[in-house]
Amino acid sequence: MFIADYDTKNGYDEMFSHEGSARKSYHFLKSKMESLGGIELIKRSSSAEKALLSLGITFTLYGDGEQQERIMPFDVIPRIVPNEEWEKMEKGLKQRILALNLFLQDIYNEQKIVKDGIIPREIIESSTGYLKECIGLKPPQGIWIHITGTDLVRDGEGTFHVLEDNLRCPSGVSYVLENREVMKRTFPELFDKLNIRQVYDYPYRLRSTLENLTYESNPVIAVWTPGVYNSAYYEHSFLAQKMGVYLVEGSDLLVENDIVYMKTTKGLKKIDVIYRRIDDTFMDPDTFRADSLLGVKGIFQAFKKGNVALANAPGTGIADDKVIYSFVPQIIKYYLGEEAIIPNVPTYLCSIEKDLKYVLENIHNLVVKPANGAGGYGMIIGPKASKQEQEDFKKLILEDARNYIAQPVLNLSTVPTLIADKIEARHVDLRPFILFGKEVYVMPGGLTRVALRKGSLVVNSSQGGGSKDTWVLG
Amino acid sequence: MLSRVAESVFWMNRYIERAENYARFIDVNHQLSLDLNEDFPNQWMPLVYTTGDAEVFEKKYESPTPASVIQFMTFDDENPSSIYNCVQRARENARSIRENISTPMWEVLNEFYLFIKDYRKQYLENPESRGEGLSLGLSEFLSYVRKSCQTFYGTSDSTISHDEVWSFSLLGRFLERADKTTRILDMKYFILLPSIQDVGSTLDLLQWMSLLKSTSAHEMYNRKYKKVHPIEIAEFLILDPAFPRSIVFCLHEIEESLEKVSGNKEGLPRNLAQDAVTTYLNRLRSENVHSIFDKGLHEYLDDIQIELNRIGAKILERFFKS
Repeated sequence: MFIADYDTKNGYDEMFSHEGSARKSYHFLKSKMESLGGIELIKRSSSAEKALLSLGITFTLYGDGEQQERIMPFDVIPRIVPNEEWEKMEKGLKQRILALNLFLQDIYNEQKIVKDGIIPREIIESSTGYLKECIGLKPPQGIWIHITGTDLVRDGEGTFHVLEDNLRCPSGVSYVLENREVMKRTFPELFDKLNIRQVYDYPYRLRSTLENLTYESNPVIAVWTPGVYNSAYYEHSFLAQKMGVYLVEGSDLLVENDIVYMKTTKGLKKIDVIYRRIDDTFMDPDTFRADSLLGVKGIFQAFKKGNVALANAPGTGIADDKVIYSFVPQIIKYYLGEEAIIPNVPTYLCSIEKDLKYVLENIHNLVVKPANGAGGYGMIIGPKASKQEQEDFKKLILEDARNYIAQPVLNLSTVPTLIADKIEARHVDLRPFILFGKEVYVMPGGLTRVALRKGSLVVNSSQGGGSKDTWVLG
Repeated sequence: MLSRVAESVFWMNRYIERAENYARFIDVNHQLSLDLNEDFPNQWMPLVYTTGDAEVFEKKYESPTPASVIQFMTFDDENPSSIYNCVQRARENARSIRENISTPMWEVLNEFYLFIKDYRKQYLENPESRGEGLSLGLSEFLSYVRKSCQTFYGTSDSTISHDEVWSFSLLGRFLERADKTTRILDMKYFILLPSIQDVGSTLDLLQWMSLLKSTSAHEMYNRKYKKVHPIEIAEFLILDPAFPRSIVFCLHEIEESLEKVSGNKEGLPRNLAQDAVTTYLNRLRSENVHSIFDKGLHEYLDDIQIELNRIGAKILERFFKS
């Protein structure tokens, strides 16, 4: 069968060892795929795609002046994470979230970590995600990051690293849930045989995470979306629907006497908790960007007074800063007295002279990213860039060194992926979703993003990446 | 319920109702044209007059050939009421309130939209294959449109709670339906007969019959009346309390839905939208078809449309603009 030609010599493959034998957790999947055969696999793949299209599970792409609605390319061959590996990852993620939350609380209040000399003050204060308006804030239950999507990658040796923390408005959990539904229909026989850990209860958990932020016994909860043209709009409406809460836009809201209301057919109605999917600085034109058309005047003041809970709390963007990211092992050590369970990717800070020199001399071997970028924009992958592109990028770095970090090019692990009528190796990352309510919950699995172009390391959906279902076996 | 959501639910249903009506209009006119021979005048322009979009049409098309009218009413993206635009807008509204409707409803609408989008592309790219636009494929397409709209209604009915969302759905649906019934009756005003002697002729009756069919009313009409007669057709489509496309029926549904969304129990002040509907409905119920014909049917239908617009404006004022 066509899997026989699969190339396993290039780095770490999730399914096959270098010698070409399937890893233990994939044995059943492999034999099932062989018995189905290529034609059947392709048939099931195309019916899965049809189902996604008719469900309208799409994201919006911009470009050429016209917006396009696309389905996220979906690959039917799942990625499997063995249980023992998962348990370690789960511990590591919990540790990271607890430490980052303590960091946020500290940095907007006592700033002990700065005073103790662990992180230089200028790094904090020069971060675009650091909002001085949040100084002195103490959000309900001391929780800042209620929802996190942390990106993990395996290197060429198979070791998991944290690539970045997404603590503002991480997207993608709706694809995890929808992909799983489609997979259950596509391969019912696999679900019968394998003990795959469930993810369907995520919306309920998210809802209780939000309820945890208020003392109201029957709170009014809303998901706040920038609107139908936002690239993650599908997810916003999906989550509101699955949680059974309101989906609101800025124009639906209004603040009076520091209380947030929504405009309903029966007049104004008070809102208690808002899961916002809109960036900090667009939230409130009175406090942050005055030009924001998406925001609601006075909402930040209402939040400060404790009249509405916001998830995630404003100000968490500081921990998304990739320079701060490089300090997370120290942050864990400082607040928890523990070593980081999941290592970071080695990171060079261009604001440090020694690092900058190294980056400029070795740019052809490095990935350089803006400290506050997202979606794979504004970065350079040294080995894939032309000489000229490298030179141009060096100029950018020198103009704004604080804003750039560099990392070695990781040879991300690969997973067999159906490409046209063949199975080929494609690079992947993994974004598990973490909820911080009464306790920290890590969704078993997460979103596996796939770089669909051969050899490509860019997995972002905005750059043509796809996704796979991720199975943690119980 | 959010005012924005209420408005989107309302429009989503208006657009679906409009698409369904257009599909029926075109199909019936198509069937009628097959019954007529070449000596009779062109029957396609009245369709455009009926929908109120003659101005847009005349700017773009030279003459009302079957092909141009059909293209205009089905796929033209410059015609705000073309079937394509209606379904696209209904789906956009649905997308913006996705969390308020059921997944089956969304699937029906989304698949409907994807189908029309593909069909439209093929239709526009292959002008030669469609001839005069009266191919067999057209009838199938229109029947698909009609069925999809009805599937949407059925799916709504059986998969969402009959609460506020539902009541605003009915408001949109019945307001649009009442408007379209007046327009279809008015179509007879625009269809010219070759001469005055033809009043009451086979051709005249054939045209009246086709109006009944355009509202899918001919069978129900036949159950109640013995033969095709203009006055009785008007009576049926305006005043019949039981037929779901008659003006009185639609207004009654609007009155009931308004009562539900207003949340006003006895003793509380009613809102202006409710007042407008009840007053007008009482007036209509006191009319009889002869008094209508005395005023002139065309003028009378104009009045109904004005009243419906007034009611629509009051609904907007009361519920969508807070």
